[in-house]
Formats: sequence, structure tokens, C-alpha cells
Amino acid sequence: MNLSLEVMLQLSIVLPILSIFAIIAAGRYPNLREGVTITTCLILICFVSNLYQGLLSGETISAFWWELLPGLTISFDIEPLGMLFALIASFLWLVTTCYAIGYMRSHEEKNQTRFYVCFAVAIGAVMGLAFSANLFTLFVFYEVLTLSTYPLVTHAGTEKAKQGGRIYLGILLTTSIVFFLLAIVSTWFVAGTLDFKLGGIFADDVNPLITGTLLVLFIFGIGKAAIMPFHRWLPAAMVAPTPVSSLLHAVAVVKAGVFTVLKVCVFIFGLDLLAVLPTTQFLLYLAGASVLIASIVAMRQDNLKARLAYSTVSQLGYITIGALLATSSGVIGSSMHIAMHAFGKITLFFCAGAILVTLHKSKISEMAGIGRQMPITMAAFFIASLSIIGVPPTGGTWSKWYLMMGALEADQFAIMMILMASSLLNIAYLLPIPFHAFFPNLISFKQENQIPSSTGTSINTMSGLQIKEAPWPSLIAIVVTTLGCLTLFVYPQPLFELASAVLTGRG
Amino acid sequence: MITHLPILQVVIPLMAAPICLILKRPQLAWIFALAVSGLAFAISLVLLQQVMVSGVISYELGGWQAPWGIEYRIDQLNALMLLIISTISTIVLFAAPESLDKEISKDKHTYFYVLYLLSLTGMLGIVATGDAFNVFVFLEITSLSAYALIAMGKKKQAVWASFQYLVMGTIGATFILIGIGLMYQMTGTLNMQDLAQRLPEVSQTRTVFTAFAFVIVGVCLKLAMFPLHLWLPNAYAYAPSIVTAFFSATSTKVAIYLLIRFTFSVFGLSFSFTTVPLQTLFMTLGVLGIFVASISAIYQHNIKHLFAYSSIAQIGYMIVGFSISSVSGLTATLLHLFNHALMKSAIFLALAAVAYRVGNVQLDNLKGLGREMPWTMAAIVIGGLSLIGVPLTVGFVSKWYLLTALIEQGWWPIAVLILLGSMLAVIYVWKVVEIAYFKESSGAPVKEAPLSFLIPIWTLVIANVYFGIDTRFSVEIAQAAAQSLFGGGL
Repeated sequence: MNLSLEVMLQLSIVLPILSIFAIIAAGRYPNLREGVTITTCLILICFVSNLYQGLLSGETISAFWWELLPGLTISFDIEPLGMLFALIASFLWLVTTCYAIGYMRSHEEKNQTRFYVCFAVAIGAVMGLAFSANLFTLFVFYEVLTLSTYPLVTHAGTEKAKQGGRIYLGILLTTSIVFFLLAIVSTWFVAGTLDFKLGGIFADDVNPLITGTLLVLFIFGIGKAAIMPFHRWLPAAMVAPTPVSSLLHAVAVVKAGVFTVLKVCVFIFGLDLLAVLPTTQFLLYLAGASVLIASIVAMRQDNLKARLAYSTVSQLGYITIGALLATSSGVIGSSMHIAMHAFGKITLFFCAGAILVTLHKSKISEMAGIGRQMPITMAAFFIASLSIIGVPPTGGTWSKWYLMMGALEADQFAIMMILMASSLLNIAYLLPIPFHAFFPNLISFKQENQIPSSTGTSINTMSGLQIKEAPWPSLIAIVVTTLGCLTLFVYPQPLFELASAVLTGRG
Repeated sequence: MITHLPILQVVIPLMAAPICLILKRPQLAWIFALAVSGLAFAISLVLLQQVMVSGVISYELGGWQAPWGIEYRIDQLNALMLLIISTISTIVLFAAPESLDKEISKDKHTYFYVLYLLSLTGMLGIVATGDAFNVFVFLEITSLSAYALIAMGKKKQAVWASFQYLVMGTIGATFILIGIGLMYQMTGTLNMQDLAQRLPEVSQTRTVFTAFAFVIVGVCLKLAMFPLHLWLPNAYAYAPSIVTAFFSATSTKVAIYLLIRFTFSVFGLSFSFTTVPLQTLFMTLGVLGIFVASISAIYQHNIKHLFAYSSIAQIGYMIVGFSISSVSGLTATLLHLFNHALMKSAIFLALAAVAYRVGNVQLDNLKGLGREMPWTMAAIVIGGLSLIGVPLTVGFVSKWYLLTALIEQGWWPIAVLILLGSMLAVIYVWKVVEIAYFKESSGAPVKEAPLSFLIPIWTLVIANVYFGIDTRFSVEIAQAAAQSLFGGGL
């Protein structure tokens, strides 16, 4: 194919959305339908990696669609941060689709065609968001993403799903319209432009009180970044089928949030301005509180997906902190953490889903001993947990390293303490799960074992030791993302280069 | 011929109404009404094009020179209004025969088209004329035909709703007439442009103040501004579905046109906003209206009631934009006028389709319709998203302009309130969505609406999205109209 990079940029947004027609047309033949999705994924990855090559060779890739209102355009421009996000999202879409094929079929979910359609729209929106050249374009795709994921969250159609969907849509739409839109209109009014520009778009003589308020509006308004107290939608969205939780609520939607935060901090305010704003410190502490409280809440969750959801809230706080630190290491750490956390968390969700479809367990207290039945899954869970905690040999090490450096550079010792404390909490709420899975007779479960075996059936030591892993497409997905976590430790170079190019402009 | 377009715009539907009566057979009357409405649409397009190219068109009725004779005057604002009215009227008429079959007994169909055309005449006339007394005449034509149209509704309450409207509407019209009379007494003229020139000389007299008060209150009654809105929900809810779809998009808009025309053109900006504290008053009432009506909408069980209250809330947005009294504020109001006409006619026409299939538009009757009538419900959802103001729909465009206008003046708190108001829209729209998509249907399954509904509905829905993406047309006209209103003169 001899497509120019500009065309590829636009196709990478349009293609997933066009693919819905094919998906609908093939709706009656599941194999064909999934074939269409996978083909789209592959073409998308091909486009995005070509764009990546183009960016590396220093080309300017941009596209202009139309002018919605005078001065407000829908236009796209590739820069390293967006590239990084697009790479992760498109790659993980493929992996998730693979996983979803196994999951959705063995779980016998209804309305699978609608599921794949909404999924494709959501990915198209993520691509548009990642490549947007101005805040306005970003906002448009941000809202498209919210709306297209609503049917996914409420997929089950039950009363509980409806409730979850209400909270999901309520918080995301409220924050985005009341705060985010107001911030955008005000920025437009104060700065006269909404284009992303390295170093910020505000003139020097703008009253810091105004820009300070705007920053608060932005951080509150980007509800997808799930800063407390606007985090409730994320646990609520866990009623969705697991593939949705894994791709959308560990990667696409939440990362769209923190990606927007980073974009706003770096390209609307600029680090220099950000560092002197009167409200930055307040927001840092807010994000810090969010990190700590979410970790503590996570410890108390018995439902595995809920625990992972709160863990995500906490980890998103890291990324917001990194952006607000307004130092180069902080931004590099945040950008890298987008990738590292994505791989780690998607693996954890995959594992949670695998446990659900094969053993029909969703509570952590029931999971003791399952390591013998699902060794691969639980090993993957262990490795991904390490990545979230941030210890070698996993990718999470690097991003946490840079985030710490960023905190040091900015002389934010309190923030540094919070980051370290939270890492300890991560250990406390993640590691016991694989531990009990492999060694059910140790530690706390001893007491339960002393109870006569009639009630002890929830522990799987006696329920046969044959291996019973998830369906193979799902298993492949788990292995791929786990290997991703490990590879990113050994070979973080390309990622690091992209992340550090964020602050210097072109790759 | 071309020079006579301003009067033809009004006279053609006026003459056509009695012809409908002669045609007798409903089918024929429908085709004829549709043709007339289509012709009105074509005329309004040509007029708009002429105005945009060569400026204001003035037409002297019967060759009598203004201010002695009656003048028809088309500027950007009028042209835009004419276009809105005739477009919606034509699109809505497409679905009329099917919908009427279910809602009105067969022998009354012909009368329906007669009244429909009369009401169209009235609205076009109010907008086209440049004569204050003529406004009153056409206002009465519209109102009287509206009372009759609403009373045609299937339920018993329709008569009562119509009577309520009759009482309120008559008070409003009388107030307007008193106001016009007082103005005539002071200036000796009825021509709006002439009035605008002569009123400033006597603007400090009590009579003029009284005239202003009467006109404004009368118009506000007609446009159902909070707290004068009480007639509207029942009138919308019990009128035949087609009538609701037509009126929701046009009748209150015409009243807003009158408000703008009287305050900006006739009494003048300085009198309306400096001498009289209209700004504070309207700003407060507008914001209150948004909240009270939106909250009432949330608690409705009849969907037509629900969206009727939503209309009152949306009028609140227009009033807020109007009360800013800046070019950008007025642009926002005019944009929203255009955009809201698209949203509400789409929604109410979709509800007409629901009524056609289900027979009832109680919230409970929507159960399971997301599956059974996917296209109709999708139209309601898109219309609802537009009401909320989601990007890529028209609602977003007008909201954006309203926000910029408010921030331009530094009125942050109002901007926040406006945004909170749209959150209430999320609640009432999603109430409908949840019932339609999450509840299993209780009764026998129904079929998707026939194409005669779906085509006009989706024409409007596509317009909702199209004008949300390509805003050049609507923004250009709204801006031109707003600027010309501020440029002074008619």
C-alpha cells in the first residue's frame, strides 16, 4: 500500500468506525464477525506503526477535517505522547479482541455484535483523541468515547448494570460538561486559541488566579482521570463484561483521562507556568490523597474486579501527580506509566476474567488454592502485580523510578512519601492473591482449614488437581500482555525515547 | 413575481386554507397542503438568499407607501424565521395522514389541514410584516387556529388544555394589543420602523413605559417564559402529535422573534435595557426557568409532558442569551432558536410515531421499544443528546455560543448554572433511554414505525447532526441577524 502518512493518520481514526458496518453485516456469523474485528485491528496496528516510523524520522504528520465553528477546527497532529497512547491502545485492542473471543463465547454473553460494534467505535474515538491537534478536537472525541462505552458498561442489561451505567454516565458527563467544557470555553476566551503548543498557550500577563482556577476546572473536569472525589464511575463500570473492564477501564478510557491531563499540563499550561500556579500544590495533595485513599479502599474489597478498579484509581493518581509535578522527570514518568500500568492492569483484568469464566469465582476469599488449577493465569497475575507495584523484573519499575525522581526534583517530599507508602499498600492488596492461590495452606487460611472439611469446600485443594485454564484465545492474550510487562523492563528504550521526546517536541 | 415574494409568502397559505375545504377529500387536502407548505418553503429560501446577498427587502402592500400603507419587511432575522417555520411545517406534514388516522376521526381530517395552513399563515405573517397592528392580526390567526387544533386531540383533556391556552393566549394577545394601542396613541404610527424613530422622543412618558410593559408581558405569555408557562405543557401533551411537533418547533419561536423585534428594533436597545431593568429581570427568570422546568421535566410520567417542560427550559436558555444584550448573546439565542426547532420537532415527531404504534406516550409504554422500534428510539436518543448539548450535535453549537457570550461579559456564575442546567437534561433524557432500552416490554410487541414517519424524523435527526458539524450556514445567518439588530434600525 502506498498511502501517505496523512491518509494513514485519518484512516486510523475512521477505519475502526467504518469497520462497524462490516461487523454488523457479519453479525450472524460469529467467526466472520470476529475475523473482521481482528483484521481491522491488524490494519490499524500497521497504520499506527507506520506513523510511528514517520514520527521517528522526524516528519510532521497532521490533518485537517473541517472548521466546526470559526477558529475551532477538528484537526489532528501527531506528537510523541499521542503516539505512545495510540500505540498502546491499538496493540492492546488486538490482544483484547483475542481475549474477548474466548471470554464472550465461553461466558455465553448476549448481543455480542453490539459489543464488538461499540468496542470499535470506542477505539476510533481513542485514536482521534490521541492524535487531536487541539483541545476542542480532543473534547469531541472524549465525549464520543464516553457515549460509545455506555452500552458496553450496561451490556448485561440487568438492574445492576443500569445502576452502574447511571453512575458511569452521570459522573463522566457531569464533570466533562460542567467543568471541562467551561474550562475549554474559558481557555478559548482567555488565550484565543485551543491548539496544543509545547510550552503552553497562555500569555505571560494572564492573571495567575484565572489560570489557577482553570487548572482546577481542568483537573476536576477530566473525570476519566478518576481523581477523587470523581472516581466513583470506575468501580461502578466494573459491572461490564471483563474484556470491557480490561481494555476500556484499564487502558482506553482511564488512560484517555490521564492522557488529557498530561496534554493539558504540558501543551496548554506549559511546565513553567504550571510550576508557579497557586493551585498546583493543592491539586498535587488532592491527587496524593486519591492515591492513598484508593489504595486503602482497594485493600478492603473482596470482589477482585472492584479491588482492581480501586487500584486503577490509585495508579491514575500517580500519573496525574507526575504531570502536576511540572518537572521533566515527572512527565517522563507519567508518560511511561501510561504504558506500564496499561500492560500490568490489563493482565490483571484478563486474569480476573479468566478465573470468572473457568472457575466462576469473583471473590478473592474464594480464590485460595486456584493456582493449582490455573497455574499460567496465576503466574501471570503475579508478574503483573509486580509491575503495578513497580519492582524488577517488570516494566513498572522504570515509570515509578522516574516519578520518584520527578518528586525529588520538585522538592515534593510529602508526595514522595505518598508514592512510597502507596507502593507498600500495592504489595499488601495485590500479592496476597497469587500467594494464596499457590499456597492455600499457609498464612491466614490456616484457620479456615481447621474447620471441618464440610464447610471448607470453598478451598480448592481437594477439588481435583487437574489443570483447567481459560479458553486458549484468552490464555494467549494473558501470556502476551505478561510478556509485555517483562519486555518493558528489559527493553524500555523505545518507550523512554518517546516519553522524553514529549517535552522536546518531535521524535 | 420575485418582487412580490414577501406577500406571496403569507398570502399563498392564506388562500390555500379555504381551498382545502373545497377539496373536501382528506387525501387531496393533504397533498395540496403539502404542496403549499413546500411552496412556502421555496419562497422562504429565495427570500433568505436575496436578503443575504442584497440586504433588507421592503415591500409595500398595495403600493401604499409606508408608514401610511402596510409594509412587509424582510431582514436576516425575518428570513431566518420564515425558513425555520416553513421547513418544519413541510417536514412535519409528511407524516400527517398516518398519524391523523390514529388520532382524529376521519371526517375532521380536512378541517385539520385547513387549520394547519391557517396557523402556518399566521406565523409567517407575524414574521414577515413590518407593521405592529398586523402582528396582532396574524397573532390572532395563529392563536385561534391553534386553539382549534389542540382541541382536536384524542383525549378529553385536550379540550380543557385548549381552553387553558385560550384564556392565557387571549390575555397575552390583549396585552399586546393594548401595548400597540398605547404606542399608536403616543406616536400616531403603526409601522415598526416609524415607531422606532418616533418612540425615543416620547420615551420618558409613562404611557410608553406602560406600553412596553404590556407588550413584553403579552409576548412573554405567548412564548411561555417562566413563570408564564403554565398553559404550555398541557397544550403540547394533549394536542394531536403532529400539532405538537409543529408547534414545539415554531410557535414559541415566533413569540421569541416578537420579543427580540419589539425590544431591539421598536423600543430600541437603550430603552429596553438601560431605562428599563430588563436585563436583571430576564436573566433571573431565564435561569430560574431552566431549573424549575428541567426539574419538573424529571418528574413527568407522560413523555410529551416531559419534553414540553424541557421546551420551557430551553426557552430559558434563549432568554438568558437574549438578556445578555450583546451581539454574541443574541447570536446564541438565534442559533438556539434554529437548533432547538430541529431538536424538538425531531423528538416530538418520533413521539408521534410512538403514539402511532403504541397508542400512548406514558413512560411505561416505552418499555422495550429500544428493541422494537430501534429507529424511532434512536432518533429520540440523538435528539436528547442534542438537548444535552453533546458535541457534534446542534445543541453543542448553541451552548458553546451561549457560554462564550456569558464569559465575554464575565458572568461566570451564570455560565456554571447554564452547564448545571444541562446536567438536568441528562437526567430527564436518560430516564427515557433507560426505560426504552432496559425494561422488557410488557404488552404485545409492536412494529417499527412506517416509513412515512421515519423519513421525516430522520431528515430532522440528520439535520441535527449536520448543523452540529457544518455550522457555517446557521452561524452566519444568526450572526448577520444579530449584527443587523445591533446596527440599529429594522
